[in-house]
Amino acid sequence: MTDSHPDLECRDLVKDFSDFKAVDRVSFDVPQGSFFSILGPSGCGKTTLLRMISGFQSPTSGDLRIKGKSMIGVPPNKRPVSMVFQHLALFPTMNIGDNVGFGLRQRGVGKAEIKKRVEEVLERVGLPGVSARRVDQLSGGQKQRVAIARCMVLEPDVLLLDEPLGALDLKLREHMKVELKALQAEFNTTFVYITHDQSEALVMSDNIAVMNKGRFEQIGAPHEVYHEPATAFVAGFVGDANKFDAKVTSANGSMLSLVTDAGTEMKINAAGASLNAGERTQVFLRPEAIELVATATTNDEGCNVSPGVVESVLFNGANSSVTVRNSAGGLVKVALPQTGGFAALQKGDAVFTRWQPKDARCFSAAEAGS
Amino acid sequence: MRSDASRLGFYLLLAPILLWLVVLIILPHIGLFIVSISEKLGPREYETGFGNYTAFFSEPLYWRTFARTAIMSILATALTLVLGFPIAYYIAKLTRGRTKTVLFLMCMIPFWVSELVRTFGWMILLRETGVFSNLLQSLGLVSGPVEMLYNDAAIMVGLVYTSILFMVVPLVTTLDSLDDSLIEAGYDLGGTSTSIMREIVIPHAMPGIVSGCIVVFMLSLGNYLTPILLGGKDSLWFTGMIYTQFITRFNWELGSAFGFLLLGLSSLVVFLGLKLSGQTLSQTMGRS
Repeated sequence: MTDSHPDLECRDLVKDFSDFKAVDRVSFDVPQGSFFSILGPSGCGKTTLLRMISGFQSPTSGDLRIKGKSMIGVPPNKRPVSMVFQHLALFPTMNIGDNVGFGLRQRGVGKAEIKKRVEEVLERVGLPGVSARRVDQLSGGQKQRVAIARCMVLEPDVLLLDEPLGALDLKLREHMKVELKALQAEFNTTFVYITHDQSEALVMSDNIAVMNKGRFEQIGAPHEVYHEPATAFVAGFVGDANKFDAKVTSANGSMLSLVTDAGTEMKINAAGASLNAGERTQVFLRPEAIELVATATTNDEGCNVSPGVVESVLFNGANSSVTVRNSAGGLVKVALPQTGGFAALQKGDAVFTRWQPKDARCFSAAEAGS
Repeated sequence: MRSDASRLGFYLLLAPILLWLVVLIILPHIGLFIVSISEKLGPREYETGFGNYTAFFSEPLYWRTFARTAIMSILATALTLVLGFPIAYYIAKLTRGRTKTVLFLMCMIPFWVSELVRTFGWMILLRETGVFSNLLQSLGLVSGPVEMLYNDAAIMVGLVYTSILFMVVPLVTTLDSLDDSLIEAGYDLGGTSTSIMREIVIPHAMPGIVSGCIVVFMLSLGNYLTPILLGGKDSLWFTGMIYTQFITRFNWELGSAFGFLLLGLSSLVVFLGLKLSGQTLSQTMGRS
């Protein structure tokens, strides 16, 4: 076996249940040592996909290879993958040491060797000397690390993580994101992480696959998925966005003139979206792409500038935003930088919103479906 | 003020169970104990002493029956566990929704019929002119009628049959509470069906196993009907012996002593069982 094989390859993976297609022709590669996230809303098929990789469900068709070896028909206990379960699934009847040593015991490793390796791996996850403790004596974050240690002690080719941060409180979740990424770098193992939380995926991943209705909508690095969404679903699901339903009034190369259903006119530089005059589109605009200005000036040439009134100020530290009702009556969410002169902005203030035509993404409404 | 009211409520709620315990359990046992330590010297002439207890140890028939009852009950408990565990595992882990409810109900349905009637059912199956005997004869496997009643095997069948529900119910409850992802995690970490059963399922089900075993053992030890009907006159069951002392021999003093010995025996076996399995009574009863 050569190293040229990615750790995990899926080829046209399909899973049919009696009444619907849970996973529909999914193909992807995960190179060795990378952090790959599958991001999607609940019910999109990501759990089914993960269970097929771990071996608890078998695909209807398609191939699944780990280090170049097909895993079709291989039972979960014979696969070189380990899984961190959503609720961690630590064995409550065993102490921490026995939990972590479980996999090694199944392989028939000697007692002294198990003890040594368990201590080693617990040290690597930053929990030395907890072997004798019971599972319920650990905090949420510690349990998390034990669950990872329990898998990593087996040195799997791929570690699967099924939304393990879902049960933690916000503060700890933020902390564990950083820690998980650090652990992944430390073990240099391939991680496949599924989540519905886009911030988890964006922070930790090398690559993200955005999944919807059993299909992969886009695979790419976090910044690509965020800044260059391939489909309307990705644009709407990843990150915050203002969404307008609009109609193309004229197309001049990649420069489009649109009028939203609310009646606002806008110009968009949509390279790649081949839209003709008269077509319906969906426009996505990030709140941070919009600038607030007190007065319209001449260097606004080429920008979309419209007057509006502040509808509400949502203060949330660095993530503060305001909603502005523009002259046509539509609501726009705008990120509010805490450094500028708008700190004292209040409901009812008159402002102008300004954004560059290249910052919006637009997709054909037919393509976007719902 | 409030705490006074809630305290009153507590005692009011406690009253029925206290009444039950004192009037129906503790008082009769004190009475029985007093009877059991009275030795009969002549008509209406009694002396306090442990003569009735020594009579038990000096007469081999008594303590051998006693030992036989204990061993048969332990065996019946073990058999019930072996038969009940797969049934409970199937109901709790391998079925869902409606099927689960239906299977669970099917376990209970026989218990809507009185124990006496159910035991007679077994007699119809097992007796010399019964269903099994006729079937074997018509198949040509045996030349004459076969008597399958009135032996230890028949008693064992009856005991297991009457008590299996009391094993299945606590087992289903504890196995139900075992998270499927624990079993999956076991497989995922390379476990085999046997090692997962041994290291994950059985340790988890231990409180259910122990409480099921205690109930089944107590029921078997104290069973009167099944051993007498299926085992016949010579069944030599200790409860039968107590009955004989009280009713046939009219020797209430010895009968009471036997009663206390049975109580002591069952407590001892349960205690040993708990010690061996590393469980405590509060843990077992608290969880199931």
